[in-house]
Amino acid sequence: MSLPIFAPGDDPGPSFADLLRRTGGAPPVPGGPVPDVTHATTVVALRFADGVIMAGDRRATSGNLISHRTMEKVFPADRHSGVAIAGAAGPAVEMVELFQLQLEHYEKVEGVELSLEGKANQLSLMVRNNLPAAMQGLVVVPVFAGYDLRRGTGRLFQYDVTGGRYEESDFATTGSGRLHAGTVVKLGYREGIERGEAVDLAISALFQAADEDSATGGPDLVRGIFPTMAAITAEGFQRIEEGEVAERFRQLVDRLSTPEGTASVGTAPTMGGGGRP
Amino acid sequence: MTMPFYVSPEQVMKDRADYARKGIARGRSLVAATYAGGILLCAENPSVRLRKISEIYDRIAFAGVGKYSEFDQLRILGIRAADLKGYAYSREDVDARSLANNYAQILNQVFTHEMKPMEVEILVAEVGESQSGDRLFHLLYDGTVIDEGRFTVLGGEADAIVERLRANYEEGLDRHAALQVCVDALSEPGHRLEPGDLEVAVLARGDGRRAFQRLAESDLAALLGS
Repeated sequence: MSLPIFAPGDDPGPSFADLLRRTGGAPPVPGGPVPDVTHATTVVALRFADGVIMAGDRRATSGNLISHRTMEKVFPADRHSGVAIAGAAGPAVEMVELFQLQLEHYEKVEGVELSLEGKANQLSLMVRNNLPAAMQGLVVVPVFAGYDLRRGTGRLFQYDVTGGRYEESDFATTGSGRLHAGTVVKLGYREGIERGEAVDLAISALFQAADEDSATGGPDLVRGIFPTMAAITAEGFQRIEEGEVAERFRQLVDRLSTPEGTASVGTAPTMGGGGRP
Repeated sequence: MTMPFYVSPEQVMKDRADYARKGIARGRSLVAATYAGGILLCAENPSVRLRKISEIYDRIAFAGVGKYSEFDQLRILGIRAADLKGYAYSREDVDARSLANNYAQILNQVFTHEMKPMEVEILVAEVGESQSGDRLFHLLYDGTVIDEGRFTVLGGEADAIVERLRANYEEGLDRHAALQVCVDALSEPGHRLEPGDLEVAVLARGDGRRAFQRLAESDLAALLGS
């Protein structure tokens, strides 16, 4: 370790990413398409009465193969915010690590935390910087959520591959199962939804996404692997206990496997008779 | 032809050291002491914005006295070095000793080669898994590193404060008692410092990843009972 000293005009300020570039540690951009990298899939975030719930399945795939069954996709970004990722697993996890460092670095150098909006913009910049790699197949699309202490509410940000940042009022999804997960949340969402209901809704969304999308992993009852979930409130980022997630999944599965729970196929239409006596 | 005046190296060094010492003596002092639950850092600092004590890394804190702009620059260098090292290797590999050595090099370099020495004294503190792992590295303006044991004092009034601290300090104090002892030591006889005059932070052992915590003025008022 040596102390990185810069001339006044070349000083990276409170930005860790800039510091890394100045010291030659920035990741290289691939020269051509990268074959069959590991991909992480569906994540969901939704706002509830006291903050935000984030949830992500555990599956990572390479092409048609499952490469990892216990991947983490929901991470704390700092005390009051979290980031969930979908896309090429390697660069995505790297992006999260850099993002966490960036926020902490800023806080330490400046002596104050970034605003939630400032954090969301930082992530936007990182996604945009990843664009050349994304063009070679290393797409990373995160969801950022946090509790805004200044406004006293949970907030959600969705991104696109170019770094476009879109604030969502109710829920945000990303990954291959985002359409199915998004539809489930959309149908079950109400303003001011309570924590328990919000967790159930996220669980249901991931379950349905896994049901329709082969790259999304459902609850693995055999190995006891369940999606990771976190709640972010005024108290900060807290993981939801695996026991609670498992219990709620079991309830969902029980509900779905009762005859009333499944969509009725109805009685088959009869051909003969035609209504005549 | 004019001859340049000859000045002996001893004289040059002495002049620089005097200059640095004078600069440091103009500022107020700072005390750091280990206690049962970690390390307490306490400075006399009426400003709540310009800080003398801050966080470097998970278990490492920085404190400086003397010229603010100079020790603040050193603080930022330390944060950068620590974050880069933690990113390149692992968070566990960042330690106070190597950071202190780096600081020593810079301070020494500036002291011997630049026009003006840095008018600062700094402290790199690291809280360990147990009390035996606690480290206090005290660095002087010329790059001298002192590996302190249980407590240390930075600043111009150090001798008098060390004496007062030695009289009351014991090993294994709790946070509250350690704060009392430090504030009593920092205060001149007959004039006890108020919570508003103090900047206090702790490196708390086993309290999550980031051990550094500031104590707000209201906490201080409650702890000091005023």
